[in-house]
Order: sequence, then C-alpha cells, then structure tokens
Amino acid sequence: MSFFAQLDLSVIGASLPFIWTGLLFTLKLTLIAMTGGIILGTLLALARLSPIAPLAMAATWYVNLMRSIPLLMVILWFFLIIPLLTGKPMGAENSAIITFTLFEAAYYSEIMRAGIQSIPRGQVMAGQAIGMTYWQTMGHVVLPQAFRNMLPILLTQTIILFQDTSLVYAIGAKDLLKAAEIAGKNYNRPLEMYIFVALVYFVICFALSRLVKHLQARIAIVR
Amino acid sequence: MNYHWNWGIFFEQVKAGEETYLDWLITGFGWTVAVAVSAWLIALFCGGIIGTLRTTPHRGLAFFATCWVELFRNVPLLVQMLLWFFVVPELLPRDLSLWVKQDMPAKEFVTAVLCLGLFTSARIAEQVRAGVQSLPNGQRMAGLAMGFTLPQTYRYVILPMAFRIIIPPLTSEFMNVFKNSSVAFAIGVLELTFQARQIQEDSEQGIETYFAVTVLYFICAFMANRGMAFIEKRSRVPGFIATAK
Repeated sequence: MSFFAQLDLSVIGASLPFIWTGLLFTLKLTLIAMTGGIILGTLLALARLSPIAPLAMAATWYVNLMRSIPLLMVILWFFLIIPLLTGKPMGAENSAIITFTLFEAAYYSEIMRAGIQSIPRGQVMAGQAIGMTYWQTMGHVVLPQAFRNMLPILLTQTIILFQDTSLVYAIGAKDLLKAAEIAGKNYNRPLEMYIFVALVYFVICFALSRLVKHLQARIAIVR
Repeated sequence: MNYHWNWGIFFEQVKAGEETYLDWLITGFGWTVAVAVSAWLIALFCGGIIGTLRTTPHRGLAFFATCWVELFRNVPLLVQMLLWFFVVPELLPRDLSLWVKQDMPAKEFVTAVLCLGLFTSARIAEQVRAGVQSLPNGQRMAGLAMGFTLPQTYRYVILPMAFRIIIPPLTSEFMNVFKNSSVAFAIGVLELTFQARQIQEDSEQGIETYFAVTVLYFICAFMANRGMAFIEKRSRVPGFIATAK
C-alpha cells in the first residue's frame, strides 16, 4: 500500500477551481457537439434517404469518410485546414467545437437513419395521402417517433462523445484532461491528477450509462 | 487559400538525417498495424472470456466480468493510456517497477498494446454476451441434458455459434482498433498519427502529409474489413443469419 500512502491528495483540492474550468469546457464542447451533431446528423440522414441521387450520394460519402478516419486525424485536419481557408488563426477551443460537431454528425446520422427506417412506410404514405408536404410528414410524423425510439442510442453516442472530447489534448485545447495535466505539472504531482481525472470521467459516464439503461426500460414499456 | 503545394515532399530527406519522409510514413504504418493487430489478439482472448463469464449462472464471476466491462468502458481511452504509462508502473513492486521504467524493451509499444487490448476487450465482451444471449436457451439445456458439463456446453455448443453470429459487429470493432491505435501517439509510439505530426512540423507540408496518412488509415480499414469478410464467408453456418444475404 506504500503507493497510496505517498499520494498527496491535498493538491487535488488546491487545483479544483482550475480543473473545474477544464470540466466546463469539456461539458460545453459535448453539449454543442451533441446539439449540432444531432441536427446536422438528422439532415444528413434525410439526405441519404432522399430520392435525389446526387444528394444521397454526397451524404453517404461524407458519412463513410468521417467514419473511416480516426477522430484524432480529423481533429488535426481541421486544426490545420480551417486557418488556411479563413486566412486567420483559430484557437484550439473553437477548432475543437467545429470539428466535433461535424464529426459527430456522421455518427448521429447513422443512428437517425436507422430510426427513420424503423418507422413503417405506410405512415409516410398516410401523411402524403392527407396532403402533408415532405417536411410536414417528416416533422410531425416520422422524426418525432424516430427520435424517441433512438433516444437511448443517441445518449449512448453522447457518452462516447463525452469521452472522445479528451482527444482535444492533441491540439492543446484546455479541457478536463489538459487542465488536470497542467495542474499536475504545476504542483509536480501528475499521478494524483491522472487518477483523479479518470475517476471524474468514470463517475460521469457510469451515471449516464445507468440513466440510459433506465430510459431503455421505460421506452420499451411505452412501445 | 495561400498554400505552397509540394507533393514530392515524401521523397525529400528529413531535416536532420539520411531518411526520407516516406521512410517515416512506412515506419508509422508498420507500428500502427503492429499495435492494432497485437491489441486485437489480446482483446479477442480477454473479451471472449469476460463476455462468457457475464452469461454464466455463477454470480460472483458474472459480477467480476461486469466490473471489468464497466471499468474499461467508462474511462476515455486516452486517459487509460496515460494511466497505464505513468501510474501503473508505480503500483508494481519496487524491483519490477524499476525494471519497467528503465529496462523494459519497447516500453511504449507494450503499454499501448496492453491498454488498447484491454479497452477493446470490454467492447468485445459485450458483443460476445449479446451473441450468447441471442441463442435459444434450448441449446444450453440440450448440451447439459446430454451430460456435458457447463464449460463443455460453452466450448462445444454455445461459443462456436455465438462467435459466428457476432462476426459483423466484430468486423467494425476490428476496424475501430486501427482507428483507436492513433491514441498511442500520446505515449510516444511512433505510429501514423505521431509520424503525421512529426512530418508536418519538420516539412511544414501539412496537407500532403495528412492526406497520405489518411489514405494509409483507409487502407488499414479496408484490409480489416476484407479480412473479416473472408472469415465470415468461411465460417458460415448453413441456414443461419449469415447465409440469409
């Protein structure tokens, strides 16, 4: 037990305010990427299922491309390319937000596509038969059901997203992990910080995954 | 867009040394494949055992397996990587700890493989569990009724079926291992992502570099996909899901 006796837990307390700012950024990144990703992902899913061939093909290509490259490479790509395109430097934080929204959209779109396809075709036809436009059928009939059916899976993806945000480490954005690492360096106590950060991630992700399980059971009953 | 294109960059020599940038890329590709394939073997072995344990009637073993899965699934891979590299050596007995820190050959590689392997094992365990649970309960009962012990029932009846059923999700896990191996850059494994950053800094030809690395990742994903498709074809059970296509 000598290892645990050597740990200096007081540094965690001392650096909590600093780590808190990192956690806030992690949460902000997760929430923005989730909201943006689900909206964009739904549009991508609609595009993939649309009868307009070029649109469907473009969406398919985008989704497949994003899903076959490691997220880390995508993060590095955007960090390199955005300043070249816009002509002015962009902070690691903003770059991370754009990257995660666009990247996660590909994954959310696959979930939403499955959700939309799980709704019987007859409902779409019924919508059209009573004179609804495409967007009315989607907005009032198909998407609300698809969204509810897929809610547990969307949330599971969000837990993965929350964990993946730690990869902004590679471009130096100050998230939970980076903040803890900086604090660890300042106090010369990196081990305590790594363990603490792992615990924080574990507690949040474990709690969320319990919530998803609970939700799954409830939705199953409603069906 | 103001960018100086130079696609010939890969045949130029690196700033300090005799090698070309192409050599760095090839080294990176080699390490990526080595990390991913070794981690995959560990993951299949551990994941198979843990997933099986989760479905056994023995509550203690099932609980242990559940803890294993939750532990490896709920901490980001990057954080696990750093824990294995910095924290775990400190937990070992003193002599072993010193050896790991100073003399262990290919320390970064071994750490990355172990970490990625165990991380992936939790995900494979979930697939194995789903595969076992998708089998009709009658198969287990039939095995037991024939006088097989529980381990024998798993070995000869349940697992051969379960592993075949879960080949499609295992395929995407295998492709994930290649993608996730990129996280090993954080502890200094010289794999593709590490090389991409290094070449970009050395040559300042970021777009060409990242493009080449992205193509190499594509090749990895494609190979993984084809390899698994081959296994899937060879291991089909007549009359089952896999043959429905």
